[in-house]
Amino acid sequence: MDSLIILAAEGGEAEHSPIIPLWQELVLGSIAFAIICFVLMKFVFPRMEETFRARVDAIEGGIKRAEVAQAEANELLEQYRAQLAEARTEAARIRDEARADAEGIRQDVLAKAREESDRIISAGREQLAAQRESIVRDLRSEVGTLAVDLASKIVGESLADEARSRGTVDRFISDLDATGGRR
Amino acid sequence: MTGQTAVLAADVPFPPSVGDFYLPSIVPWGGHDSWFTKITLMLWLSVAILIIFFLVAYRKPQLVPDKKQWLAESIYGFVRNNIAVEMIGKEGVRFAPYLATLFSFIFMMNLWGIIPFFQISPNSHIAFPIILALISWVMFIYLGFKKHGIGYLKIALVPPAPWFILPILVPIEFFSNFIVRPFSLAIRLFANMFAGHMLLLVFTLGGFAMINANLWLAPVSVLSWLMTIALTFLDFAIIALQAYVFTVLTASYIQGSLAEGH
Repeated sequence: MDSLIILAAEGGEAEHSPIIPLWQELVLGSIAFAIICFVLMKFVFPRMEETFRARVDAIEGGIKRAEVAQAEANELLEQYRAQLAEARTEAARIRDEARADAEGIRQDVLAKAREESDRIISAGREQLAAQRESIVRDLRSEVGTLAVDLASKIVGESLADEARSRGTVDRFISDLDATGGRR
Repeated sequence: MTGQTAVLAADVPFPPSVGDFYLPSIVPWGGHDSWFTKITLMLWLSVAILIIFFLVAYRKPQLVPDKKQWLAESIYGFVRNNIAVEMIGKEGVRFAPYLATLFSFIFMMNLWGIIPFFQISPNSHIAFPIILALISWVMFIYLGFKKHGIGYLKIALVPPAPWFILPILVPIEFFSNFIVRPFSLAIRLFANMFAGHMLLLVFTLGGFAMINANLWLAPVSVLSWLMTIALTFLDFAIIALQAYVFTVLTASYIQGSLAEGH
């Protein structure tokens, strides 16, 4: 190969077989490729792997965080729903109770009113009976007096003492009562 | 670059020869010394550009990347997911840094083939593809022995076939796995870059040759130069493809060494 190069150098125009490598280029190429391999494989590409991993972590972490937040939100929603349902049944219960209370109060008031009216009616009746009694009693004495007076006038003399002494009028009225009662 | 300007002088040599690939040294006292040439300059530039780009882009990595970081990550992510993991499986992540370095290095070295004023890829000198192919070769053999011990020879050499065919198959397998592989890797890359540069030379120099021979041929010269531009685009596709192919094949050889037998 050396002879070739020398030959070429002598000839001025380098006629070198293209499939025979120049040993200088083999050396330089090896050094150059070693340098680039060292730098890129040590300082660049491993860091890229790290970045890729960090990126995957970031994305997966983000997804996981979102999932957790979603689950939390769902749980909260469930909780609110349960609370709402509870509140609704509570409200319904309170309404029912109120309705029952109102009914009870109405019944009470009604009963009381009925009682009151009954009481008033019976009081009125008693009063009426008492008044009648007294009127009857008054009338009775009145009628007796009237009858005696009338009889006196007809007979022409005073029968008042006589009647009083013998209780004629009373007897008569009792008879009247008796017959009236029979009738 | 000095070579290029010399070529642009009126009296151009045609047809281009292999000698056009071995340009004089770029240091004035160098003559045909091979230590400081346009090729080695591009080699060092490739290394410097890639290292600076990746270090700057990845100086302060963010979870939400900026443009440079995104580009750097895309290159690595492409090799990692579409080559390493796809070919080798989950274990491939281990090899992704090397494969990504390999890919970006070959791509950058190839790219010089179409960058104005450079327009020759260092990979058109077989020395560089040979180095890369040798590394791949040593790597997959080492991994095979590390994983399977001496049993790797059986995995690599003895296909599941009737015993009476084995005497034919074993030498074929040996030849294809241990000898052809590094050669095909190196020569595929080298030949593509060599041919790419040769085509550009043919059409560029051809244009000059024709216009010098006869002024009436000027329109054909223009056509020839337009072809150069078209070929540059084609070259870009080949550049990317060859970087990809080299990396994929290396990954595939690694996968073969790690696989559990046939």
